[in-house]
Amino acid sequence: MTVLCLVERDGAGVADASLRALTFARGLAGPGDADPGGADQGGVDLGGTDPGGADLGGVGQAGGRLAAVLFAGAEALASETPAGQELAGYGVSDAYVIEPGQLPGYAPLAWARVLAGLIETTGATAVLAAGTDRGAEVMAHLGALAGAPMAANCVSAAPSGEAGWRITRQRWAGLLLEDAVLEAPTALLTVATDAIAPTPAAGRAALTVHRHEPALADGDQAVMATESAERSGGISLATARVVVGGGRGVGGPEGFAPLEELAGLLGGVVGVSRVVTSEGWRPHKQQVGQTGTKITPELYLACGISGAIQHIAGCASAKHIVAVNSDAGAPILSHAEYAVIGDLHEVIPALVAAIKARGVSA
Amino acid sequence: MEILVCVKRVPMVGGKIVVTGDGQDVDTRMSGFAMSPHEECAVEEAIQITERLGGNVSVLTLGPPDAAEQLRDALALGAGRAVLLETDGREWGPIATAEEIVAEARRRAEADQAYDLLLLGNEAADTGDYQVGVRVAHALGWPCVTGIKGIEIDDGGVRARREYRGNEELFEFGLPAVITVKEGINLPRYPSLPGRLRAKRAVIEEHRPQWRPDGLRKVALRVPETERKQATVLGTGADAVPALVALLDELGVLP
Repeated sequence: MTVLCLVERDGAGVADASLRALTFARGLAGPGDADPGGADQGGVDLGGTDPGGADLGGVGQAGGRLAAVLFAGAEALASETPAGQELAGYGVSDAYVIEPGQLPGYAPLAWARVLAGLIETTGATAVLAAGTDRGAEVMAHLGALAGAPMAANCVSAAPSGEAGWRITRQRWAGLLLEDAVLEAPTALLTVATDAIAPTPAAGRAALTVHRHEPALADGDQAVMATESAERSGGISLATARVVVGGGRGVGGPEGFAPLEELAGLLGGVVGVSRVVTSEGWRPHKQQVGQTGTKITPELYLACGISGAIQHIAGCASAKHIVAVNSDAGAPILSHAEYAVIGDLHEVIPALVAAIKARGVSA
Repeated sequence: MEILVCVKRVPMVGGKIVVTGDGQDVDTRMSGFAMSPHEECAVEEAIQITERLGGNVSVLTLGPPDAAEQLRDALALGAGRAVLLETDGREWGPIATAEEIVAEARRRAEADQAYDLLLLGNEAADTGDYQVGVRVAHALGWPCVTGIKGIEIDDGGVRARREYRGNEELFEFGLPAVITVKEGINLPRYPSLPGRLRAKRAVIEEHRPQWRPDGLRKVALRVPETERKQATVLGTGADAVPALVALLDELGVLP
């Protein structure tokens, strides 16, 4: 079977979220034709953090075909380019490119129309995108165009005979999982990228690039993005190696100076809980949680944060969590690896002083 | 400017989520309910727009009779009219939900009070389907953008902004339109006492749509298995700092 995956770019390469979606899509593409008798045995199940299940199939196996859809010039996918290398390395055999002359920018409805057309021409049985802002938006449009259901933030999917597809998807930003049946001949899915590790295929595919000329309808480009040229400077919360978190325990907007200083010393950034942004102590873009940013740092130092579940949804993918909290019974302690019991207003300045002293003596 | 804001009643989950014995729902016996967070901001945004440009804010929810509580919350903040699409408590999927919102928009258009703008949350906190607004826009033939963090409206139309990979992207289009917003677009106000009193007395318009299945059929809900840790306590107060510094050193995050 053919699986189509919408691929977003990051500079000259493929966006990390799309590599995760391709990993998922490859698992879905493989076994379809390989094992027509056992419809329930195929598919991909990457619900855990172990990417080991990713290579259930590949493009080499019995006709399973993984095709990428990109909005880019064909030259951006030449074999020596980063994007061309990554697609081939992830097992993509065919890339359909829609060049800027066809469609000059991001237009959600037009992108969905392109995918709808490619379902027809390729006979795709599944279309996937990463669960990013654009991925979710385009797949919602595709669901509406096709008059078909769309399952958001899937962690596993497999064909299920006549019934359609068995899927597991995230609810509550991943705090809850839903096992469901998607009743549709063509599965339309977004992939929960925080649940899937990006994993190259066992063998490289020979990538064929197709210049696709889509048939767009009037009005498809009525909503089109213009992107600002300037990139916001500094380290982003989503990709920071160290995040120093502040919650209600910080006490007010003036209490963040020591946290900022510590973050600066550690080459990280400050993140905050929802109550901090609801109170207007810090801007919303610093929020870690279900309604803010999901973070994946080496270290998350959570100061004065009780650990409401909506916050945990945003920081659970941190490699190490250390809590500083005056309440030894705070829920954050059952998500943290280490804790200091005490007032952050005492502990953090002392920590800053100790790191500075260490720097001087070093 | 006639604005309709679609909101959802969701459980307030504090420390953890518990699933009911039959695996079909979140156990809400111990939790309160609230408006889903992005939608709280959608209500605020609608009120701010009508404060600037004039007009009326209507608020709609599809949910059980108790969801009237969330409608009254929105009325207390300044919405002028509320519509309850009352259900029997069963969960509705995004396709059927969108169809009922479309039906409301058409009812108002037929009554010569057509909406100019529909605001929704980017996704509901509980089901997280990420699609109701887009489906509504398709059925009405209106432009749509999702995940918006800034809206400006003038005679020329709408300018809507969102973040994309550290940049900002801007969309410009005309009304009527559907926009889904994210928390952070504004800081919702607190209700005033007169607002609360007005909300308490307000009459809520009610309809009872017929439940039907969506194409995505829930089998069961479950809480993902995660290792339940208990933190190793490094020490108490500033006395713990040497141990903390040693740990940070071990983790390789010290300069």
